[in-house]
Amino acid sequence: MVELLRFRTDEPSESPAVTVDCFGEQTNAGAVRIEPGDDARELLPHLAHITRVEVNFPVFGDGRGYSAARILREAGYEGEIRAVGDVAVDQLAALRRCGFDAFQPDVPMNDADADAALARWDNVYQKTTDGRAPIWALRHGNANA
Amino acid sequence: MYKYDNYDQQMVDTRVEEFRDQTRRRLSGELPEDKFRPLRLMNGLYLQLHAYMLRVAVPYGTLSGAQMKVLGDIADKYDRGYGHFTTRQNIQYNWIKLEEAPDILADLAKVEMHAIQTSGNCIRNISSDHFAGAAADELIDPRPYAELLRQWSSFHPEFCALPRKFKIAVIASDTDRAAMRLHDIGIQIVKNDAGEIGAAFYVGGGMGRTPMVAPCINEFVPLDWLITYSEACLRVYNRYGRRDNKYKARIKILVHELGKDEYTRQVEEEFAHLKSQGIEPPLAELERIKPYFADPAFKAGLSDGIDRSDPDFALWVDRNTIAHKAPGYVSAVISLKPVGGIPGDASADQIRLMGKLATDYSFDECRVTHTQNIVLPHVEKARLKELFDVLDANGLSTPNLDTIEDIIACPGLDYCSLANARSIPVAQKISERFASTGKTETLGELKLKISGCINACGHHHAGHIGILGVDRKGVENYQLLLGGSEAEDTSLGKITGPGFDEDGIVDAVERATDVYLAKREEGERFLDTYRRIGMDPFKEAIYG
Repeated sequence: MVELLRFRTDEPSESPAVTVDCFGEQTNAGAVRIEPGDDARELLPHLAHITRVEVNFPVFGDGRGYSAARILREAGYEGEIRAVGDVAVDQLAALRRCGFDAFQPDVPMNDADADAALARWDNVYQKTTDGRAPIWALRHGNANA
Repeated sequence: MYKYDNYDQQMVDTRVEEFRDQTRRRLSGELPEDKFRPLRLMNGLYLQLHAYMLRVAVPYGTLSGAQMKVLGDIADKYDRGYGHFTTRQNIQYNWIKLEEAPDILADLAKVEMHAIQTSGNCIRNISSDHFAGAAADELIDPRPYAELLRQWSSFHPEFCALPRKFKIAVIASDTDRAAMRLHDIGIQIVKNDAGEIGAAFYVGGGMGRTPMVAPCINEFVPLDWLITYSEACLRVYNRYGRRDNKYKARIKILVHELGKDEYTRQVEEEFAHLKSQGIEPPLAELERIKPYFADPAFKAGLSDGIDRSDPDFALWVDRNTIAHKAPGYVSAVISLKPVGGIPGDASADQIRLMGKLATDYSFDECRVTHTQNIVLPHVEKARLKELFDVLDANGLSTPNLDTIEDIIACPGLDYCSLANARSIPVAQKISERFASTGKTETLGELKLKISGCINACGHHHAGHIGILGVDRKGVENYQLLLGGSEAEDTSLGKITGPGFDEDGIVDAVERATDVYLAKREEGERFLDTYRRIGMDPFKEAIYG
């Protein structure tokens, strides 16, 4: 069973995360936690100081965190984005595509199921910041799109 | 029509394996029902009153003969010999076993079909004009744009847990046959003054318990930004759509609460940002898709004459065929509304037969309409009688398109776990009443739509006459609405007053039609008369 699934080579920072609304006053904090109602764009001026963003999924049906992660990656954030809370294997592939590179679910995931979920999709239809060439790019001979 | 390449096929095959794995984990107990539910819903599998229901996607309503045959075979092999065509141009089966669902998906994948995102809080199957590519009045075939959107919306990683379901329709003519402005996003492909093709975006329409007609938020999005603009509309919704109350979670509420101008401002801001992200497929992708929707090889020099000597045939021609853009052809509509029947239902044999007729008479193509009928889009007029005779011998020649018998009805309390009242028996009684009195033909175009609860799957808000079933102290009660339209003159019906029991609603509908017959002026449809004289004369007649 996996308690922290991570796709980064740097050492995990385990400094405590502060909330988005506290973050502005505590710019020495290295980690911040985004709740579903928070605006990820409030963090954009501070991205250089942040080593870890936790995005909380209190219930898996609340998909605001997917947009939050993409917004951070689209702004060039390269630190860790960790999905925490109600996260399960069947969300892994989509979360990876949105820029999450660490997962710390409330209920640990089965390793084999997680591996299978992440290896399942050879191709993708959409362009995101994950570096994968979408099918339309492959069709038109532009694998770097 | 569109053909999968290896990529499309691989995506669908992968989805079959993924769902097989999820089903295995559910059946083994590894996945509890509350975790499995959103996964099966993303694949069109509902748990209804009596069994699982599987909804199969029919992208923009277009099917080949071979695909129809498989839909018929599935009805026999996995269901009870029937399929039900839906108001979003899909087909659903009502008696499915969970353990067989992965096999059904595998059967579908063999003919380039699937059930991806036919339910759940995600972007649903894209619907379109059922006369696309055939209609005399269209600017351009809307389906290549719908296909581009289909691929973009399939497994979209950011939009797999939206506040609520999300429905998109694409049309390309001023006549709206797809209820475009009653969708979360309605897109009309248009031409601007410079002669360029682009997309007008209508956002925030919908029926349900709070019906809204979508406002236009952008009159012209250039085609090379179609996907990016759609993504901006969705991202604003995903971030700010309400999640505190599922009945206020559709995008129509967000657009209404923010106001059209503020929602549009936020979309434009997101659009400006996303333009730099390179997420738009190149126009070459659209050009790759377009030839799949090129005109079939219409014969030249065909006669427009039709031998009308058989009166039954002549009536069917008048009622159920539509002008075609190519001389010598028509679009023929097969009514799935036999008098006293279940709207939208077809037997496995009928489904297979319609597939064969599509192959033999319509360049291997048929369409599902949102009004729950089947279209053979390209039929030679010279072969219409032959076609009619086959339909007639198989119970498929009911001449009632767009009449009071051509009822849209949701499955209602006979099947649906959300319903408060039955819809099907009311539809059956109404079609029987009007067929037996012979008034159907006299009344002309009259769109009647029935929903068994306020979720409005039967589009009652948009019926010239609408019926809403409610639960009143444990008894089924039916409210009557007048004046709705889902066409280009979109409007929402108004409730006449207190509701009725099952027989009472049939009488009330008849009294409303009597008012129309007494008051109509030359050339007026029921809806036109209602709009001219207003509700009062109808109320008087209905409640005395």
